[in-house]
Amino acid sequence: MDLSSINPILLIASIMVSATPILFAAIGEMIVEKSGVLNLGVEGMMIVGAVVGFAVAVNSGSPILGFAAAALASALLSMCFGFLTQFLLSNQVATGLGLTLVGLGLSSLIGKPYEGMKSPTLPKLDIPILSDLPVVGQMLFSHDIMVYVSLALVAGVWAFLKYTRGGLILRAVGESHEAAHALGYKVVRIRLMAIFFGGACAGLGGAYLSLVRVPQWTEGMTAGSGWIALAIVVFASWRAGRILVGAYLFGGVTVLQLNLQAAEVAVPVALLSMSPYLITILVLVVISARGAHGAPAALGRPFHATS
Amino acid sequence: MIRLEKRAQPSTIWTVATPILAVVLTMIVGGIMFAILGKPPLEAIRTIFWDPLFHPQFAAYSRPQLLVKAGPLILIAIGLSIGFRAGIWNIGAEGQYIMGAVCGAAAGLALYPAETRLIFPLMVLAGALGGWAWAMIPAILKVKFGTNEILVSLMLVYVAENILASVSSSLLRNPEGRGFPGSRNLSQWDAAANHELIPNTGMHWGVVAAFIAVIFAYVLLTRHIQGFNIRLTGEAPRAARFSGVSPSRIILLCLGMSGVLAGMAGLFEVSGPAGQISIDFNSGYGFTAIIVAFLGRLHPVGILLAGLLMALTYIGGELAQLMLGLPGASIQLFQGMLLFFLLGVDVFTNYRLRIGKAGGA
Repeated sequence: MDLSSINPILLIASIMVSATPILFAAIGEMIVEKSGVLNLGVEGMMIVGAVVGFAVAVNSGSPILGFAAAALASALLSMCFGFLTQFLLSNQVATGLGLTLVGLGLSSLIGKPYEGMKSPTLPKLDIPILSDLPVVGQMLFSHDIMVYVSLALVAGVWAFLKYTRGGLILRAVGESHEAAHALGYKVVRIRLMAIFFGGACAGLGGAYLSLVRVPQWTEGMTAGSGWIALAIVVFASWRAGRILVGAYLFGGVTVLQLNLQAAEVAVPVALLSMSPYLITILVLVVISARGAHGAPAALGRPFHATS
Repeated sequence: MIRLEKRAQPSTIWTVATPILAVVLTMIVGGIMFAILGKPPLEAIRTIFWDPLFHPQFAAYSRPQLLVKAGPLILIAIGLSIGFRAGIWNIGAEGQYIMGAVCGAAAGLALYPAETRLIFPLMVLAGALGGWAWAMIPAILKVKFGTNEILVSLMLVYVAENILASVSSSLLRNPEGRGFPGSRNLSQWDAAANHELIPNTGMHWGVVAAFIAVIFAYVLLTRHIQGFNIRLTGEAPRAARFSGVSPSRIILLCLGMSGVLAGMAGLFEVSGPAGQISIDFNSGYGFTAIIVAFLGRLHPVGILLAGLLMALTYIGGELAQLMLGLPGASIQLFQGMLLFFLLGVDVFTNYRLRIGKAGGA
């Protein structure tokens, strides 16, 4: 057992990397849930994003193109969910599960030829001056661009919900679709846009996993990240800032657990690898024991305009 | 303009017709998918749905497989459907299935190499208990703290998979297995084996249990007060509370039942068709059972038929892999699409299509 082999600077830097996929997925899902829709298909959209991003990046040689394709593919997949739940009024829980199952099947079908390949990965983007700072420079300011994009996205979502008219309308739709409809807002259209955004974010998260974090394609590589993203939305009480905290906390657990495995600590490996899931459960229990805070009132309820 | 008009009562015709329509639509879109993959679509569909039962050469082997595969699917789906009826979403049946298998196999292996037929019933009991205990975690957390059972039960699948990987290479590893992961072969140890009851039918104790579960669930849901309470909780939670139904009891009951059934399914699988505890003995039945439950319209008899159909796609999928080189994942996608189409066409059960301008109604 050798804990001193764990370098704290690299540890924090790798926490940011390992939290980014979940951060993308969770912030997207938060917008979806804010609009009153519960999309349980995050896992499926993420893994489709992972495989499409990987395939496009390998074929085109451009990871950025991979990310764009991943976002588009997952957003299109989320539109299947949107069509079923918004136009055909299907059960959101069941449809979300279906989306996950379809996504898992689709991804392994697409991914078969890409197994064992290596993808072009994103270059590290050293921010001038800041990255030269001692300690923090390497820790915070020497990541690839998608890490900063994810942080900017969180800030953007926060500002959108808090300061803009669009954010207010989105929240109104999520709190009471009848009232929003009576005011003349197009509930279904707004929800579809939210679902589309959530899908694109999940796709970016998945692509980050296969292009930067791992970077490889293996079947079922998301290993529950999408579900953890869903849990983080609950943990965050549907607030953008807390999504960031939740995702980084979770990233921390994952990285620490891997580091402990590598350092051969006298704890069974199985216990360490299940710890992220156990901690997610624990966090959910603590949050729900305090009572549900901030869940949109119309979450999961179907909307059917009668007139 | 096309719009939807809510029916006063769910249509009985459409309730029966939607699964059939969904299967047909899946065949069509699946056929297109196979064509894109460069396989003859009609032949692929025939290989999946027809050949396992009637192919002159393979049917003798694949027909018994139908019951072998359908048994666990039906058993798990029956348990899930009872919970889904009450609005309790246990989607971690895979974890309960694994834990049932692990606990049941452990109970049996502890007594190795005793030769008494009492061991098998003991293992079934331990398996049921294992599944039940695993399902009680989300149930108790939901009752005590209001924790979301969807997320907790799903997280526990990953925990169970880790436990499975751990025990199959340490605690339950076959001491005579030359260090390979995996337990002793239960199906070769007479006292613990879940043998085929009637030769060449695939009928084993798990299938018997599945049939019993179908009858049990049918009686429960249509004839018993608890079944009524379960349905009431799902359809009108407030009314249920006013009539004195305790939501906590329903949660414990529903999750408990699905845990017991999934655990038993795991044990029957591990002592029969799978034979031993190994890292990947579970073949995702816990997730496919969700599709089976919905395809069967959460109705016991429907689930029986849906389980057989889904088993057919498994066997047909393997056959298509063998004969046409169809990728294995395409069957998974095929099954997922089936659920999607079912949920989509389900709109006709509760709504009526109206063409023309809104007005009047």
